Amino acid sequence: MKTPSEFQTGLERAGYIADGALATALSMMRLLGRPLLVEGEAGVGKTELAKALAEIAGERLIRLQCYEGLDASQAVYEWNYQRQILAIRVLEGEQASTEAKENHIFSESFLLKRPLLEAITQKTPPVLLIDEIDRADEEFEAYLLEVLSDYQISIPEFGTIRATSIPQVILTSNATRELSGALRRRCLYHYIDFPDAATELRIVQARYPGVSMRLAGQVARFVRRLREEDLRRKPGVAETLDWVAALVGLDVATLQDDPRTVHQTLLCLLKTRDDREAIPLAVFERLAGTTA
Amino acid sequence: MIATDQVKERAAPLLEGQMARFVRLLHDNQFSVGVTEIADGLYALGRIDARDIRQVRHTLRTLFASRQRDWRRFDEIFDAFWLGRARKRRTVIRQAGAAMSSVSAERGSGDTGRTGTLADYFDWSRDPGEAQTVPAEARLSGASPAENLMKADFASISDPDELQRLHQLAERLAERIRYRLSRRRRLALRGTRPMLRRTFQRSVATGGMPLRLIHSRRKPKPFKIVVFVDVSGSMDLYSLFFTRFVHALTAHFAHTEAFIFHTRLVQITGTLATADPVKLMEKMALISQGWSGGTRIGASLTAFNDNYAAKVMGSRTLAIIVSDGFDTGPAERLAVALASLKRRAKRLIWLNPLLGRASYEPRAAGMAAALPHLDLFAPAHNLESLAALEDELARL
Repeated sequence: MKTPSEFQTGLERAGYIADGALATALSMMRLLGRPLLVEGEAGVGKTELAKALAEIAGERLIRLQCYEGLDASQAVYEWNYQRQILAIRVLEGEQASTEAKENHIFSESFLLKRPLLEAITQKTPPVLLIDEIDRADEEFEAYLLEVLSDYQISIPEFGTIRATSIPQVILTSNATRELSGALRRRCLYHYIDFPDAATELRIVQARYPGVSMRLAGQVARFVRRLREEDLRRKPGVAETLDWVAALVGLDVATLQDDPRTVHQTLLCLLKTRDDREAIPLAVFERLAGTTA
Repeated sequence: MIATDQVKERAAPLLEGQMARFVRLLHDNQFSVGVTEIADGLYALGRIDARDIRQVRHTLRTLFASRQRDWRRFDEIFDAFWLGRARKRRTVIRQAGAAMSSVSAERGSGDTGRTGTLADYFDWSRDPGEAQTVPAEARLSGASPAENLMKADFASISDPDELQRLHQLAERLAERIRYRLSRRRRLALRGTRPMLRRTFQRSVATGGMPLRLIHSRRKPKPFKIVVFVDVSGSMDLYSLFFTRFVHALTAHFAHTEAFIFHTRLVQITGTLATADPVKLMEKMALISQGWSGGTRIGASLTAFNDNYAAKVMGSRTLAIIVSDGFDTGPAERLAVALASLKRRAKRLIWLNPLLGRASYEPRAAGMAAALPHLDLFAPAHNLESLAALEDELARL
C-alpha cells in the first residue's frame, strides 16, 4: 500500500471514509517515515484513523494515551520490582557469580515494556497512536521528540535499545495547549474538519449498512445544520453514529414521523445543558423540516 | 517534475529554486518550514503523480503546514505562487516588511491618540528617560511625596519612578500567587505515594534490602493568570497604565496571558513579550477596525470563550478584567459570557478604576449584569488599591 488512492480504498473497506488530502498525508507518512500530527475538533475521527490504518495494514495498534503528569515509567519502561526481589531471594542460595546474578535480574524478562518501548521492539512495524499529546507535559513532549527522531531508548541498567522496526506514528491533539514548534516541524500535519453532508452520509452507510438511504441522508443533513447553530460543543462524527444507532434501535423511519421521540434522542448529539436548551422541540422541527 | 501548466514548462533543475522561493513566501506568512522539509518536499514530488495538481497541493500542505492557521491559509498561498492567482487582495504577504511599512504609514497619517500612547510606551520601555506619554493637563508634579503617590489616580501619573514601583508591585504579586499543587510528582521524604523505582535504586546502599521507602508528592505548579484590559475611549486615561501593569505581570510571571479589547478582542501576550511597538500598533489597528465604536465587552469575552479559553484556561486560572463596565452590547450577553468564563476560571476578578471615585455606583447596565458572576469587584485607580488587591489575591 503506497499511493493515496490505495490508502483511500483500503480505509474505505475498513469503514473509514478519508478524503484525498488525508490519503495523501498517510501516503507521505509512509514514504518519508515521519510522524503525522492530526488535529481537529473532538469527535471528527482522529483516533479512529489510527485504528483503521492498523486494520488495513494488518498491523498491531499500540496506543499511548497522554495525560498530565505522564512520565517515563508509564510511557517507556519500568522494572518489575516485585519479581526482581523474588529473584534476588531465590538467587541468594545459588553459586553463580555476582555479575551473572545481576545480569539475570536486569534481563529483558524483568522489563515491563510500556507503549513507546513496545512500539520500537516489534518484529513488524506497528501503528503507534499517541493520543491527545497536548495533555502531556511539555517535558514529555521534548522526550518524545527525541525518541521519534532517533528511534532508540536508553535504559541505564540494560543499555540502549535500538528500534527493530520503525513504527508509523500518529499523534492527535485537541489543542488544549499549544504544542512546541519543534514537535510540529518534525511531524507532517493534517487538520480534520467536520465532514460535509455527503461524506457524513457515506460514513453512516459504511458503519451501518442496514440504515435506509433516506434516514441516513436526513441524519447527515440534520447534523450538518445543527453544527451551524450556536452550540457550545458541536456534535462530532462519533455522536452522529451514536444517534443513528439510537434511531435504528427505535425503528425511526424518518426524522419527521415522530418529532417528540426523535427530539428526545438528541441527547446523543447535544452533551451540555446549554446546548439542550438551545434546541427546543420547535427549533428541532424547523431544522428537521429542512432535511426532508 | 511538478504539476500545473505553468510549472511544467519550467526546466526540472529550476524546481529547486522555485521551491526555495515558495518556502520563502511561506516564511513571510509565518509558516515554520525547515531545510529538511524542503528536501522531503522535493523527494516526495518525485514520487507522486506530479500531473495531479490536487495531489501536489495535498503533499506540500501536509509537509509545510504545521498548525490549523497554516492549514487554512496554505491553499491561498499555493494558488498565488504556483498558479499565479491571488484570490484576495493583500492577504498573501509578499515580504516581511510589508506589514510593518503599512503600519508605520498609518502611524504617520495622524492616527494618534490612544494607539499612539501605547506604542510610545514601548519606545519608553526601551529607552527610559524619554517619552512622557500622559496628557499634559493630567500630569501631577513629579516630586510628590510617597504617600501621595500611593493615592494618586493612575490617570494622573507620569513619573518613571512610580512606574518602576508598579513593576515591583506586579512582581511581588506574581511571586505570591505563583505556586499551587499540580499532578506532577516530585521526590520527597514524606510524600503520599511510594516511588518504587527510586526506592530500589537507594536500596543498593543497604545490600538490596529496601529499608527506606521513598515517596513522591505533588509538585507545586504555578497559577495561571489571564488579564483582559479595556482600551476603549472611556478607559483612555487608565488603559495605558493597565497595559503597563499587565506588561509587568507577563514579564515576571511566565503563565500570564494578556488580552486587550474594545470593539473586539486581541491577544497581546506575544506582543508584550517582545515589547515591539510596531506589532502593538498592528494589534491596536486591528482592534478598532470595522466597527463604528462603542465597547463590546460581552462580545469580546464571548470571542475569548470560543477561541482561546480551551487553550489558555486551566483549573487554576485567575481571570482579571480591567474595565469601567460601559458596554454598548446587550447586558445579557455579557452575563452569559461571564458565567461561562467563571465556570472555567478558579477566580474571576473585575477591577474598575471608576469604583475609586466617591461618586461612582455600578449602575452601568453591563456592570450590574456582571456583578453576580464575580468573585471580587474592586477599585483599581491607584497603587494603594492595587496593593490591597495583592492581599486579596494571596488568599486564593
